[in-house]
Amino acid sequence: MLSDVLLIAGKDLRVELRSRIALNQVVPFALLVLVLFGFALDADSSTLATFTPGLYWVAVVLAALLAVHRSVSLEDGDGADEGLLMSGLHPASVFLGKAVALIAELLLLALVLLGGVLILYGAPVDDVTLLLLTTVAAVIGVGAAGTLYGALLSGQRARETILPILLLPVLAPVVIGASRAFGDAMGSVATDGWSWLLSLTGFAMLYLAVGSVAHGALMEEA
Amino acid sequence: MTTTQEVVETGRFDTATGSRTTRMLGWALIVGLIVLLWLAFVATDPDIRIDAASGDEIGQFDAVRLIYVHVPMAIVAYTAFTVTAIGSVMVLLRRSVWWDLVAGASAEIGAVASALTLITGSIWGRPIWNTYWRWDDVRLMTTLVLFMLALGYLAVRRLEGSAESRARRAAIVGILLVINSIIVNRSVEWWASQTLHQQSTITDAAIEDLTLFTFMYAIVFGLAGYVWLLIKGFRVAWLERQNERFGLVEALEQRRAEAERTDAVNAAVDTGTGDQS
Amino acid sequence: MTHVGYLVAGWGSAFLIIGIYTWVLIQRGNRLAKRVPVEKQRWMSARDEAERIGDA
Repeated sequence: MLSDVLLIAGKDLRVELRSRIALNQVVPFALLVLVLFGFALDADSSTLATFTPGLYWVAVVLAALLAVHRSVSLEDGDGADEGLLMSGLHPASVFLGKAVALIAELLLLALVLLGGVLILYGAPVDDVTLLLLTTVAAVIGVGAAGTLYGALLSGQRARETILPILLLPVLAPVVIGASRAFGDAMGSVATDGWSWLLSLTGFAMLYLAVGSVAHGALMEEA
Repeated sequence: MTTTQEVVETGRFDTATGSRTTRMLGWALIVGLIVLLWLAFVATDPDIRIDAASGDEIGQFDAVRLIYVHVPMAIVAYTAFTVTAIGSVMVLLRRSVWWDLVAGASAEIGAVASALTLITGSIWGRPIWNTYWRWDDVRLMTTLVLFMLALGYLAVRRLEGSAESRARRAAIVGILLVINSIIVNRSVEWWASQTLHQQSTITDAAIEDLTLFTFMYAIVFGLAGYVWLLIKGFRVAWLERQNERFGLVEALEQRRAEAERTDAVNAAVDTGTGDQS
Repeated sequence: MTHVGYLVAGWGSAFLIIGIYTWVLIQRGNRLAKRVPVEKQRWMSARDEAERIGDA
């Protein structure tokens, strides 16, 4: 089971290492979003610092849409999805493998962006542990939900337009929770960031579980 | 004069989605609507109370009459999405065509009703809360996200693919509709940690008998309207499905007949020119 | 009566939107009914052919 998961994750990550789509296109896109927020808010550093948690997570979620898209399109061409079906791997393993690869990419993206907001927006950091744990938990949630909804739309020509309207409302709780926890970690919001971290962990666990179960039904009909 | 039995047996109907049941329910709804309007605008009193301390008139005044349309809409919306979720489970468990169509038709009504819940609520909120929208109100946010999730669900139903794969995808999204709205509800409640919404007005002893009756009547009327729309929606969804399965065959036959006619004409023309050369 | 504008807007939008939805739904049904053979138009009379999703 675990080796199957790593097999699929390794496959996706190897493709990424060779194509560098996430690194060369998704990360620059996310950084551009951060720069645009700066322009839109008149580069007022106190405003930017106040709203850093929210702006950061909006940027992550928007970039995640592109990453999900990329992750699904890996299985689109050359009958790759049939290959996966024929491989005899358990659907849950396939789901978790794809999720792990996507989460790894998103984690890299989130860390680069974190450096971006710390430098560009001059956001203060009170609690590094909370900041990093929140990033990990939220990214796992985004990656799990993204993989599930991506699989739902695999092979669809309309995927580019439907994925955002499906996924963004689903990720709204992650944006709420992660922004709150970041607000606490950056000292801009008086709230208990650790309890938000707990709820983000719950979201991540739930979507990993739901995705593992639902992926069976999705692969069957492919 | 054909009897209902004959109509069912021969499959002939006077309209595409009408039947004796929907016609009778439809007439009952029209009468019921007149009664509802009379109750909501004539029979019931405006909400005016006297403030004990200052002696001033307080309350919602006539704006309370918006509640008679707002609350039934909300209840219809949540009922409709519950039916969609139940249908989705039945699709996955039993591969039931009937439940798939019911789930789809119900989600459409749910989307309309949740949009109207938001619209009528905003219009009511403007004079009463002094704002159209509150970000910190958990019911507003949950209904808004639920509306957007429903749009996503309806988009998934329109995806390409075999009938089976579409039904299965839609069923998964339909079940997630409920899971997601619960998560959103929990997280917004925690995020906002306060609400302007009136908690359990129904059990409030101060509410007058006729007001309470109108309230209940409006909810029952709304649910009856939901049933009528659901029957109509199911019949349209069934026709859509049947059109995909048989409509194309008919269209192909027509095309073929047309092609044969053109071929005959062409053949005649060909022989004509052949004779001349 | 107070708040007349709000009442008209609220009840009016409800009537309007439900009315439009109902009309569109019935039109959709009428259009489709022209393309589907009469004996297959109703679930009650044509259900036996396909009770389960995926049945031909």
